[in-house]
Amino acid sequence: MKSAVIVFPGSNCDRDMAVALEQVTGEAPAMVWHRETELPEGLGLIAVPGGFSYGDYLRCGAIGGNSPIMREVTAAAERGVPVLGVCNGFQILTEVGLLPGALLRNAGIRFVCRDVPLTVASSQTAFTSRYDADEEIVIPVAHHDGNYFADDDTLDRLEGEGRVAFRYAEDVNGSARAIAGIVNEAGNVLGMMPHPERMVEPAHGGTDGRKLFEGLVEAIA
Amino acid sequence: MKTRIHVTLKNGVLDPQGKAIHHALESLGFDGVNDVRQGKLIELDLADGTSEAEIEEMCRKLLANTVIENFEILESNAA
Repeated sequence: MKSAVIVFPGSNCDRDMAVALEQVTGEAPAMVWHRETELPEGLGLIAVPGGFSYGDYLRCGAIGGNSPIMREVTAAAERGVPVLGVCNGFQILTEVGLLPGALLRNAGIRFVCRDVPLTVASSQTAFTSRYDADEEIVIPVAHHDGNYFADDDTLDRLEGEGRVAFRYAEDVNGSARAIAGIVNEAGNVLGMMPHPERMVEPAHGGTDGRKLFEGLVEAIA
Repeated sequence: MKTRIHVTLKNGVLDPQGKAIHHALESLGFDGVNDVRQGKLIELDLADGTSEAEIEEMCRKLLANTVIENFEILESNAA
């Protein structure tokens, strides 16, 4: 499966994402600089990685979201190409409007960097098909602004449509309804604050993130 | 021409930074503070003739995230 990782100035999980994708897909992803105006053809997945694009100036993801390549990522997402946004990538996907809501400063104000237990809230998405519903998994988080916010109507709709992919199994950052990851209406865009790419091989301390990538490869094949 | 944009969190959006400032003021002995909300002030130096509509578009497209923030254009002498 061909994949691409978008690289912004200040991205710092782009290489971890590339390693994870290469391990699971057997093919090194294209690393696409944010100034590019086109994506490679035939992509099975576009990953928007974590980090601090543009130093998180103005708001997390605000300036990254206005990069030239994000217009192409948005167009590809609208054509149905799977897009995975992790951490700063999730913030960027909300900024560009591919996902609803916004990520606020953590309720406890502190940067949180640790392994956290998550519950798989839906195993019906292309990203979570290899997990069991309600399965508890452990994936690390590393963020300052991961406090998911949306109005009540939006939250009700996300829950009603089975679009909450992951929830925190304990309070991590004050997120509304403990939301850790959501998918868009069409189901081809996932944004999540935890880092599945940091849990793909035993040396990482666990492999709970690997099934997300494996499920995607399976869904696309 | 200079314009200042005031960006504030919408009512009902949690403001942990405002809370931290509130606690800090209390610990300094200022006990008459009911609430603190933190916003941003953005100063723009714009070409003469920039319209109010253009400034609003800048706010909507970049300067504020209207999912969580309100913006107010202060002191603009734009057309």
